[in-house]
Formats: sequence, C-alpha cells, structure tokens
Amino acid sequence: MKDLVVRNRYLILRRFSQISILAFFIGANRYGWKVLKGNLSNSRLFDTVPLTDPFALLQLTATGNIASREALIGGALIFVFFAVVGGRAFCSWVCPLNMITDLANRLRRVLPAKAGISLRMDRNVRYWAAGLAFVLSAVLGIAAFEWISPISILHRGLIFGMGAGWTAIVAVFLFDLLLVPHGFCGHVCPLGAFYSLAGKFSFIRVRHLKDNCTQCMQCIEHCPEQQVLPMVGIASSFVTSGECTNCAKCIDVCRDHAMKLGFRTGKL
Amino acid sequence: MTAPEGSEKMPERRQFLADLLRGAGAAAVGGLAWAGFLDGKKAYPTVLRPPGAVKEEKFLALCTKCGLCAEACPYKALVIAKPGDERPVGTPYFTMRENPCRMCRDIPCAVACPTGALDSSLMRDKDEQGRDKLNINLAKVGLAVIDRETCIAYWGIQCDACYRVCPVIDKALTVEKTVNDRTGKHAILAPVVHSEHCTGCGVCERACVTKKASIFVLPVHIAMGESSDRYVRGWDEKDEQRIEDVSEETKTVTPRSEKSALEYLNKDGF
Ligand code: SF4
Ligand code: SF4
Ligand code: SF4
Repeated sequence: MKDLVVRNRYLILRRFSQISILAFFIGANRYGWKVLKGNLSNSRLFDTVPLTDPFALLQLTATGNIASREALIGGALIFVFFAVVGGRAFCSWVCPLNMITDLANRLRRVLPAKAGISLRMDRNVRYWAAGLAFVLSAVLGIAAFEWISPISILHRGLIFGMGAGWTAIVAVFLFDLLLVPHGFCGHVCPLGAFYSLAGKFSFIRVRHLKDNCTQCMQCIEHCPEQQVLPMVGIASSFVTSGECTNCAKCIDVCRDHAMKLGFRTGKL
Repeated sequence: MTAPEGSEKMPERRQFLADLLRGAGAAAVGGLAWAGFLDGKKAYPTVLRPPGAVKEEKFLALCTKCGLCAEACPYKALVIAKPGDERPVGTPYFTMRENPCRMCRDIPCAVACPTGALDSSLMRDKDEQGRDKLNINLAKVGLAVIDRETCIAYWGIQCDACYRVCPVIDKALTVEKTVNDRTGKHAILAPVVHSEHCTGCGVCERACVTKKASIFVLPVHIAMGESSDRYVRGWDEKDEQRIEDVSEETKTVTPRSEKSALEYLNKDGF
C-alpha cells in the first residue's frame, strides 16, 4: 500500500490539486464559499485577487475589444506565474479535462491488444489551432476557442450545469481512447500550445540523471509528450521543451531515481 | 556525401515548404469548419442579458463566461446557458417567467463582472447631494410588452397583478381607465407600459395570471419600432427643432419615387 502511494505520489498530488480547485469553484457557486469564485476563464481569489485565463484574454483582445483593468491584471498574474514558475503545469495540475484524457490513455494501455487504432497526427496541429483561434476571433468578433473549448464545457458544466455538454466530453474521451493516443492534450488543444510557449523558460523542470538510468524506458512509455525526453539514457539534463506538462509521471514510474523535479537554475 | 551543399539543401527546403503548405491547407479547412460552427452560435436575438450589459455584439466578445454575475445574484435569477439551452453557451441570461430580475439597488451582478461585459457605469447618476451612485432604474434589460388580446384586464375583468408588483409602479406601468363599450356601464382598467421607465426586470411577467404571460419582456430592439426622421411631433417643442437641420432632399428611393410625381400619376392613369 505504502509502495503504491509512493509510486503514484505525483499523480495523487495532481488529482488533489485538480479536484480541490474544482471543489472550491463548485462550493462558491452552491454555498457561497469565498476561496475561488467564477471559473477557469475568470475568477476571484478570496473575493479580491482577480485571476484570468491569459489565452482567453488575448482572444478577446483580438476581437478588437479591450477588457477591463481587472481582467488585464488577472491575466497578467496567471501568465507570469506559469511563464516564470510552473511552465505548462496548468495542463496537468489544473485543467479538469486532463482527468478525462488521462483516463482514456490509461484505458488504452490496459485494454486488450491496445484497442482502437493509433492514428498518427502532427503534434504541431495545436500551434495551428492556437493561431487559428486568434484569426477567427478577429474575423468573427468573439473569442473563438472559448466558444468551443471542451475544457470550458466540462469545467463550466461541473459548476453551473452540464446540459448537452456531455457529448463534447465523451467525444474527446473517445478521440483519445480510439483514435489518437494523447490526442487532445498532446496534439490539438490550443490552450496547451499557448502554455507550451508561455512556459518555455519557466523554472520548475523535470531533470534526468543519466547515471541512475537503466534505460528501461518506462518514462518515455508513460510520458504524454514523449518528444520532450530525447536525453533519456544519453545525457543528464533538464527537460527544456515547453511542451512538458510537469505532470511528473516520469518521476512516478522511474524506479531508478533517474528522474527528479527541480529548479532549472539549480544543479542537475 | 559528395553532393554539393546547395543541392542537398533544396529537398529539405522543399520539404519544409510542402509541410507548411499542407499545414496551411489543413488549417484553412479546420478554420472554415470552426467559423461555420461558431457563426450559428453567435447571436440569439431574444436573449435577455443582466443589467448593464453592453450591446449584444460587444457583450459576446467581452463576456468570458465566468458566471461571476450569476454567482453574485442573491436571487439566483441569472442562468448560465448550457449546451442545449438555445442561448450562446456559457453566457448569462434571464427566464423572467421563472425568476425575474429583482432590481437590486447595489446591482451586484454588474459590479461583479470582471471584463466590462456588464458595465455598471451605464447605470450611474447623482444623488441629491451630487454624489455618484448606482441607479438600477437606469437598467434596460428589455421592455415589457402587453398582448392586449389575452390580457384579461383589457377584456374588462379586473386584474392589476402586474401593475402592483412593478418596482417602478406608476412610472413604468400605469393603469388607464376607459369606458367598457360592451357593457356601457363598466370601466376597463388596463395596464400600459412606458418605455422610458420600464427596466425590463420581468417581475410583471412572472406575476401575470394568464396561462402564458400576457405581459412579457423582450429585448428593447425587438420590442420597439423606430419612426423615421421625416415625421415630426409638432406638439413637442424639442421635436419641432429637429426640422431646422433636416435637409429638403428626400433620400429614400422607392419604385414609386423614382419617377417625378407627374409622370407617375399620368402613366398609371390617375
Ligand atoms: S439586479 Fe439583482 S436580481 Fe437583478 S440580476 Fe442583478 S443581482 Fe440579480
Ligand atoms: S460576470 Fe461578466 S464576464 Fe462573467 S459571465 Fe457574467 S457577464 Fe460574462
Ligand atoms: S418589466 Fe414590468 S415590472 Fe419590470 S419595470 Fe417593466 S413594467 Fe415594471
């Protein structure tokens, strides 16, 4: 049992983070809690600090409108936090859709004969999607991704009522399970693309210690963004790609202590 | 490799360009599908927005669908549109017959909005001491409209349910007394809405006793017509002044006005 906890410690921490953020939002709507009001697009921490999704804010700006000062401050706070500290951690520590796609990819691993086809898709599709979000926002006059984002549909749905939104969530689940491994988060999601770029130079990083590595390749096997681990077994180094979500799955599965989390400035 | 540098680079660059083109092509297809999908979602003409909402087009751009307005409403009157609600998903709206706006003096919904989609400064004026204050009476959620055919007060039956509940009673809603021609000896006490004072809160719509409300709120631009500049209320001094600046030329062209008056009359045999 203890072993199980140790081997899943980051997974447990991540779920704790994702679920408690969600619980605070739901509590705010149902019982008037004051910790986190609103939702991931826009919220207030303790009824005072504004927090705004910077990607949504940029799309809003692309429509030719200017948001209030409060929203701009909120957007800056979130942006600076992930750009400087967390990297793409939003995806694995905050985003609720991550729980759905993680489930799909876990099932994909245990299902017989790796059920479903594994289509290959270019991981850069997400950057095109992010670019398109801005173009469409400017052309249509509404924040384009915000209107179809399954993240918002799920998140808002859990807080304010899901309606027919389930279909979108099931679609994402099936897409990951049956068509493309790590399909949505790893290939399509423009918000993930945004945070990949924003968090390129952030401090918290996974680091690989070659001397401990036995080249079992479990880390790469489980990593949702395998392309960020080219150094495994070859060189000791930090993960430099912004596409790493800091989910620390690689640390959980590595039995040889060859993966650690640390600050980029510190020693390897 | 013995090939010179240049010829080795070419296929690489060509490959890159081809990839780029392919990407752009896929993006164009995806973008069109995305845009087509969004266009159908954009506007829902009869949606009733919270107090202080800026013009619908701008509102749709500014609202980040955070739901803070709905959470701030002490009456839980604001609904956040779910997929399937036939409203732009995630945006706040009212369903007056179920839960109307109570016209809170401190307008918590508008104050809570972080993006400016709800602009509380639209509802500010001065109090007696000249201090800035919020005034919910300046809100324009919509305009109440009466269906005189189903309103039983217009039948001559006594009912003043809407009039009594109106928070702007005697200004937004008044009761007009006329003789009941059918009986000759009774009165008709009929409610009348006045657009300059009605906030569109919908309290009347909820109070209406008919099976389906005979007084109901519509967005102002749908509820109201617009008279053209050419017509002047001669009994209204301010309106009279408008003539001063109006040009003599008629700009409106209809199939009839295309021809001179004489030609038109002669040709059509008048
Ligand atoms: S004015 Fe009051 S009742 Fe009306 S929507 Fe705002 S908070 Fe709700
Ligand atoms: S508070 Fe403002 S941005 Fe948030 S849902 Fe309401 S209108 Fe939209
Ligand atoms: S909507 Fe009805 S109750 Fe509200 S101000 Fe207008 S007439 Fe009065």
